[in-house]
Amino acid sequence: MSASPSRIAFRQKSVIPGFGLTMGLTLTWLGLIVLLPLSALFIKTSELTFDRFIAIVTATRTLHALQVSFGLALVAALVNVVFGAIVVWVLVRYEFPFKKVVDALIDIPFALPTAVAGIALTALYAENGWVGSLLAPLGIQVSFTPLGIVVALVFIGLPFVVRTVQPVLADLDQELEEAAASLGASRPQTLVKVVLPSVWPALLTGFALAFARAVGEYGSVIFIAGNLPGVSEIAPLLIVIRLEEFRYADATAIATVMLVASFLLLLIINRLQRWAELRGSRNA
Amino acid sequence: MSTLDHPAQSAVHGASEGLPSALAQSHTYTHHGGRPVRTEPRAVRIALILVALGFLGLFIALPLVSVFYEAFRRGWAAYVAAIIEPDALAAIRLTLIVAAISVTANLLFGLVASWAIAKFEFPGKSLLITLIDLPFSVSPVVAGLIYVLLFGSQGLFAAYLQAWDIKIIFALPGIVLATIFVTFPFVARELIPLMQEQGTAEEEAAISLGASGLSTFFRVTLPNVKWALLYGVLLCNARAMGEFGAVSVVSGHVRGLTNTMPLHIEILYNEYQFVASFAVASLLALLALVTLIAKTILEHRLAEEDR
Repeated sequence: MSASPSRIAFRQKSVIPGFGLTMGLTLTWLGLIVLLPLSALFIKTSELTFDRFIAIVTATRTLHALQVSFGLALVAALVNVVFGAIVVWVLVRYEFPFKKVVDALIDIPFALPTAVAGIALTALYAENGWVGSLLAPLGIQVSFTPLGIVVALVFIGLPFVVRTVQPVLADLDQELEEAAASLGASRPQTLVKVVLPSVWPALLTGFALAFARAVGEYGSVIFIAGNLPGVSEIAPLLIVIRLEEFRYADATAIATVMLVASFLLLLIINRLQRWAELRGSRNA
Repeated sequence: MSTLDHPAQSAVHGASEGLPSALAQSHTYTHHGGRPVRTEPRAVRIALILVALGFLGLFIALPLVSVFYEAFRRGWAAYVAAIIEPDALAAIRLTLIVAAISVTANLLFGLVASWAIAKFEFPGKSLLITLIDLPFSVSPVVAGLIYVLLFGSQGLFAAYLQAWDIKIIFALPGIVLATIFVTFPFVARELIPLMQEQGTAEEEAAISLGASGLSTFFRVTLPNVKWALLYGVLLCNARAMGEFGAVSVVSGHVRGLTNTMPLHIEILYNEYQFVASFAVASLLALLALVTLIAKTILEHRLAEEDR
């Protein structure tokens, strides 16, 4: 049997064997593990009437939970962009003792299980904890408040900003800054007009990655949050609560909102990354 | 100071690449990697370093230290007792089993997928890579939920599972499936870019010299990507052992049976057994530290091979 023309057109001819087998296995496994389960969510949601779906999603408690998840993720991502930028600047441009160790520490939130981070942060920022006891006299309570949620989300989001911006700043040609300085720009002017535009796409990408991660975060948050409905209850926790109450329709509808949001974020992040790469190659 | 100073400085600097550094420094240039570069005033530099270190200390170093501090609060005996307690041991055992299965599955998938994607040209490649990366952007709770919707008592396949008496949710298969989902992209995303960069010339040479596809893979491709593969496996393993949200939804929290280490930590914590909770947590924190050290070493290897 000869290969049909469409098959030849599908992929370029190669002497390397195994395309059919490996591609078949890849698509099958991807379908079984990722696509089929994800489509189960949409199938279950489509079983709800539109009015029911809207009623669940716009219920006061749901709206609050979504507001907490998205709003505090935004705050945490902003904190991470500001401090992440300072951390990157210090790591790339300055020398100081134990710099390698500090650099390696940045990845702790990637490697430390979220439940471990959750209980550690709670103990640390509780009223009798190392940090919490210092803040308590100032009237600042962190653990079991929305502020605690922000602390947890800052923790898990930081490496996304640092690891996205760090390589871009490291590749930045410092001769541009020298040129700006020699043309009479002050240091702040150089930073704002020369450095910032070059790292801006990477900063924005890091921001979006940290935000996307924070929106869906569960493990590190539930210990420190206090989980008061309407105040410090995040959307993923509400999904778990509805599941435990056997209110599958509610859990499914909220999960669909979260999933669609993460798809949109993924789309935006892909765009941002392409923009950042383009910017990077133009600077090089 | 007039702006005219600066072009003058630059002219001096440009013409004097080999002049004594004292000259350059007198013009507010400092040496950085042997190259004169403009930088911030010393006070600003120190302030920024302190801000960065303070932030990292507060948000990253202190939580890590506090895990071990809380774990050893009541001494070594209480620590050991918390870990050799039967439910803790059962949780450790389950975590090891789940990680072993999910890492193996993702290792095999990563190799197969990267071969298909990196060694051949076909349309829709970037869409396929995006789909493989998809689990990273799904909330862990949603990742657990989708398996409940498939295999749970109200799920799409509930009737079949009941007829065949197969238990997936609230049992090992569900925990494994949810873990495979959340760690799905780890190995593949390390291998694909590297194998794409390496191209197909070596494989083509091996095949034209008469090697079979399999021996080409094992003797040419695999040695070329071994460090990246190990790197992916390492990160995949850390996440598999530490996964909380997805596993929590599908596990059913049966003590000694379906509790993984992170779930056991949660139960102990909610029962106010803080020392025991932190003791089990310290094992996972240790795993994270070992993972990071190994990762740093591997990154050195990868960078050296790049050269």
